[in-house]
Amino acid sequence: MVQFVQMLLAGTAQGCVYALVALGFVLIYKATETVNFAQGDLMMLGAFFALSGGTLIGLPYWAVILFAALVMAIVGMLIERVVIRPVLGHPAFTVVMITIGVGYVLRGVVTMVPGWGTETYALSTPFGQKVLRVGGAVIAVQELAVIGMTAALCLVLYLFFRYSKLGVAMQASSQNQLAAYYMGIPVRRVNMLIWGLSAAVAAFAGILLAPVTFVHSNMGFIGLKAFPAAVVGGFGSVPGAIVGGLIIGVVEALAGRYLPEGFKDVAAYVVVLIVLFVRPSGIFGETTMKKV
Amino acid sequence: MTSNDAVRERSREEQATGSTAFFEVENLGIRFGGVRAVDGVSFALRPGEVFTIIGPNGAGKTTIFNLIGLIYPASSGRIWFDGRDLTGLAPHRIAELGIARTFQNIELFEHATVLQNLLIGRHRHRRSALWQELLFTPGVRRAELAQREAVEKVIDFLDLAHYRDSLVGGLPYGVRKVIELARALATEPRLLLLDEPSSGLNPEETDDMAFWIEDIKNDLGVTVLMVEHDMSLVARVSDRVLALNEGRPIAQGTPAEVQSHPAVIEAYLGSED
Amino acid sequence: MRFIFKTDYAQDIRIAKHGGHWFWYGLLLALLVAAPAFAGEYLLTQLQFIAIYSIVGFGLMLLVGFTGQVSLGHAAFLAVGAYTEGLLQAKGVPFLISLPAAALFAGATGIIVGLPALRLKGIYLAIATLAFNVIVEEIIARWEDLTGGNAGLLVKPAVLLGQAVESPAAFYYLCLALAVMVCLGMINLLRSPTGRAFVAIRDSEISASCMGVNLAKYKTLSFGLSAAITGIAGALYAHKIAFLSPEQFGLFQSIEMLTIVILGGVGFLHGAVLGAAFIIFLPQGIAIAKDWLPPGVATSGVQAVVFGLVLVGFIIFEPLGLYGRWLKIRTYLELFPFYRRGMFRRQKAYAKSERLR
Repeated sequence: MVQFVQMLLAGTAQGCVYALVALGFVLIYKATETVNFAQGDLMMLGAFFALSGGTLIGLPYWAVILFAALVMAIVGMLIERVVIRPVLGHPAFTVVMITIGVGYVLRGVVTMVPGWGTETYALSTPFGQKVLRVGGAVIAVQELAVIGMTAALCLVLYLFFRYSKLGVAMQASSQNQLAAYYMGIPVRRVNMLIWGLSAAVAAFAGILLAPVTFVHSNMGFIGLKAFPAAVVGGFGSVPGAIVGGLIIGVVEALAGRYLPEGFKDVAAYVVVLIVLFVRPSGIFGETTMKKV
Repeated sequence: MTSNDAVRERSREEQATGSTAFFEVENLGIRFGGVRAVDGVSFALRPGEVFTIIGPNGAGKTTIFNLIGLIYPASSGRIWFDGRDLTGLAPHRIAELGIARTFQNIELFEHATVLQNLLIGRHRHRRSALWQELLFTPGVRRAELAQREAVEKVIDFLDLAHYRDSLVGGLPYGVRKVIELARALATEPRLLLLDEPSSGLNPEETDDMAFWIEDIKNDLGVTVLMVEHDMSLVARVSDRVLALNEGRPIAQGTPAEVQSHPAVIEAYLGSED
Repeated sequence: MRFIFKTDYAQDIRIAKHGGHWFWYGLLLALLVAAPAFAGEYLLTQLQFIAIYSIVGFGLMLLVGFTGQVSLGHAAFLAVGAYTEGLLQAKGVPFLISLPAAALFAGATGIIVGLPALRLKGIYLAIATLAFNVIVEEIIARWEDLTGGNAGLLVKPAVLLGQAVESPAAFYYLCLALAVMVCLGMINLLRSPTGRAFVAIRDSEISASCMGVNLAKYKTLSFGLSAAITGIAGALYAHKIAFLSPEQFGLFQSIEMLTIVILGGVGFLHGAVLGAAFIIFLPQGIAIAKDWLPPGVATSGVQAVVFGLVLVGFIIFEPLGLYGRWLKIRTYLELFPFYRRGMFRRQKAYAKSERLR
């Protein structure tokens, strides 16, 4: 039982990272109907910026988060402006291929930056290896911090989308771009900001993931596991992305414990196939039909 | 007795003769959420006639077409074609049985030529197996030539020879409307469903469309079920008209009868009080 | 500029539309057949790869370019074809039986994947095929008794009519012959009702079904055929590489395969071949470019950066791919000086919605 709780907690913490990456997918998908295959690589880049923010500039942990998020927001907006906007309106799959290309570029560029390269780095956090003992359970503070920080970010995002003028504008333009445009919302600029926001969320996810996988140029591949999370939740639903991420994280943890070796790596994908088989547009997804 | 009841009474009489009709819709209905978009619509077509459904915007005309085309599953009712119950069939079966349709907002294959578009219309007349097509056996070649001959007849009939090898995407709206009609005719249908054939056309093009609908009826003997706004076109080509309002039938009869029916006037112009 | 006056329905059906086609494609084929006589060993190897990747391109083009369905998991079909061939070969099954077996088995896998995929559209289909790819890769890695797992599987040269196809020239002819056969099969299919039904599904599902095209049947068929063709390529790939291991068939292989289609030109058969040639020669180009870069920058990352930039650049500046570029150049020359810039521009809808497909 104690072991089970520990495992559940570890799974939830891992799920939080999936959830944040999935959240980035969903934000971008709702805004530009693009699935951003570079989301994982944005996360990787964010982690590298955090690393340099800590070691080169000597910022404290909390400032590092802000710094990485800010830099990544700019990177995200640049990507939207330079490569995504010119192909808006092309078939969705073309745009997906563009983001795959962007992912390659990011991964390659990181290895070419002096001081980053192909090495693996550890990002120092204030939580370190500390553990809490509750009853018989040994709980890593790191895991609690990840869960807590994800919850905090979700709350901030919720308040932002619910109450701020920009957040409401983002919601409006992701529901109906044309209508939003007619209502005077600068849709293009809003889309650019959504890319920035989504890249900042990716940076946050990267910082949370860094103590688990360390920082290296291929850490973005974890993004591939966030796809199942986003799909399980139904691409296009923000709460769905969070729930999907947590489901995938926990299922993976359970599969690693109770199923033969190898199942842990594919658990996320098995889950997504089952979900899609039962509900072709995810748990929270909406089904729509073309009008004729 | 209200006009509504009168229509129901009448359709019940027709129902007595039952599904022996050429094409019959019986008590058709669909709900979207709580809204009854179409409710209790019944009518029967006689072979060789032009039957038109009219009604103000949002009366459920196109929805009826999508129900007949099995694009939406009906919440209630039955659709009979040649004594065969269509409800529950897959959408492509409709075409295989000999019902073809056009769309209000044109659904052509934009990146293909006119000829290629019409050849898709011949899909239900294909006879070859996959392995024969991979090898392009002489049989497939003969069949392809025959398909082209059939398509050329339609091209001649609708005067499209000029556009034969042009890409559809670049052609004017009025021409594309005719191409869609041609594609439907290429299937050699026994029943043709036209969804607002005159929408987006100028008066001259509408005039041409009226001629073609008359030709389709008189020369090809195809039964036409049509949804239309333009009352002059309706009056000119229709044998019988069904008027709908808010998804319910309000009048049925000859164009003149329906146009002067008080319930129809009320639906279009609003009541006087 | 050439004007073709049509006097006969058969003119629409013919493969070669005019004498020029006969001449140029004949010349190309003659050159390819003569290649072993003048090409060095290196070039011949590249040509073998181009032939194999062209078959990959044809298979994927059928699904992506002509039926409009997305697959991020085609490496799995390549794997099924390659391992079927490798394992049957090890059992001493002759190539003339093992090759069709590889195609059939891959095709059957494709149909099994295609069936549930019928209900999925756009991005959901992409993710489902991606998941399938990851699972197949894991199965290959774990099923060590059969596949050798991560330790890999050695594949001997093919045995065709009792003769081992060992010399580079012989294997080259084998690849070339299969590529040409697959190409002809594709051409035939595309001028038949089945091919037209595929294209109709790509352009408008709703219209296609109203014209009597059974969406479920034709989508599954397209998946199956595409997978079978990829399986053929997989069988050749197995002999070419001679050593199979699961990581060769991961997601990145799938992406590279898709890149062939996209760079070549989605919706053009020529595109599959051009894309294959491009992908094969790209690493050479990168290797040359590396020599020009300062040593600190010329890391392993250069390849990824160039690959990514090429992909992004093509989609932004030449969405019709290499073949589309060729069409534009040809039209420019034919019409000179009357070419207009907008001639090939497709209607671009502002933020066209996938959700309503």
